[in-house]
Parts: sequence; structure tokens; C-alpha cells
Amino acid sequence: MNTLDVLYFAWVRERIGLPRERVDTGAATVAGLVAELVTREPRYAAAFADTRALRVAVDQKLAGFDAPLAGVREVAFFPPMTGG
Amino acid sequence: MDIRVHSHAFDAGAELNAFSAAQQGAGAVVSFTGIVRDPGGLIALEIEHYPGMTDSAIAAMAVTAQARFGLTGALVIHRHGSLSPGAAIMMVATAAPHRADAFAAAAFLMDYLKSRAPFWKREVTASGATWVAATSADEDALARW
Repeated sequence: MNTLDVLYFAWVRERIGLPRERVDTGAATVAGLVAELVTREPRYAAAFADTRALRVAVDQKLAGFDAPLAGVREVAFFPPMTGG
Repeated sequence: MDIRVHSHAFDAGAELNAFSAAQQGAGAVVSFTGIVRDPGGLIALEIEHYPGMTDSAIAAMAVTAQARFGLTGALVIHRHGSLSPGAAIMMVATAAPHRADAFAAAAFLMDYLKSRAPFWKREVTASGATWVAATSADEDALARW
């Protein structure tokens, strides 16, 4: 098991209703973590309904859903960024 | 390189003068200031960000720009929080020996800030608040680099 800080931003945060939480997971990848989260409650399933609409950062660097979680401390989920 | 992410207002003119004065060997300084545009009925633009990642993501872009365009310096200021129509959101300034590199570096930084720096905008109007969607044009803009 791996204990992660999982962060949510923008409408992902609103749908899940939390800015961050600590998650114990046995998932090997980000995609595996998402698969675990969506089984929790409908609000997670709603937030992760279309992962193509989401972006991921692993330890504060942009990553793909296939990114491994070994040694990772922090995973963030958010919509495409709108800076500038 | 000077990267600043904060909620308070900044004076783009004063920042540009200070940045220009600090350059060694520059022949060109280019700056861009983004302001809150009111498409009609906008009460505020709220900007959420990812503390920690924001600074490191922008710093990485600035390092890349500095090396690629031979900059003598780069400045990025980006606000978060609730901003009023007409307020300055952010500014970029770049300095290089020649103008083509300074212009290109400013455009490069803007394109990357738009879709690779962890900020999210929400428009607040009398009828509610709406997250601003990223556009495919934002993503396509990166292809030219």
C-alpha cells in the first residue's frame, strides 16, 4: 500500500467536494488509482466520467494516466489549464 | 529569471522599467500584459492555481526560453484570486541582444503559460459562475514551438 495526497482543482474539486485528501492505495498507476476512486461514491464517478477531459500531475509535474505511483507522494487531477 | 505568483496587484510599468534597467547586454525588451476582458456582464474573474507547482512549472518554462532564445533575462508575474474587469492578470517581459529573440521568447512563454501552467479561470456574472474552457487553439499554439 502507498499513502498519497490526492488534490483536485477547478470543477474536479467542485464535483468531488474536496480540495485534497489522503488516500491509501494499492494501485500501480494513476489509471489504477482512478479505477479505485470511481468505485467509492457517485461523485467520484461523475468527476472521472471522461478522463480525456482531465489532466494529471504526479509530484507536481504533468504526467499521463499511465504514470507509475511507486515512490509518489502527491497526485493532482484537474481540467485543462487556462492561464495567461 | 524572476517568477512571481501572488494575489495582489502589480504595476506593469514600474516592473518593466526595473526589469529593463537590470539587463546586461540586452538590445531589446519585449513585454506582454494580460488584462481581465469583460465580454459583457462580468463581475469578476477568479483564478485558482496549484500552489507549489505553479512556480516550478513557470520556472521550467523560463529556463527553456532563456536557453532557446539566448535571453539576458525573463520576468513572469501571474496573479490568482478574484480580479475585477480591466485589472492586470499577468505580465511577461523578455530581454535579448536582438528583438526577434525577445519577441519569440515572449510568445513562447505566453503560449506555454496559457495551457501548461496550473491556473484555472472562472467567470463570475450575475447569473452565476462558469469555468473557462481551454480551447484547441491554445493547444495548437504549442505545436509551432
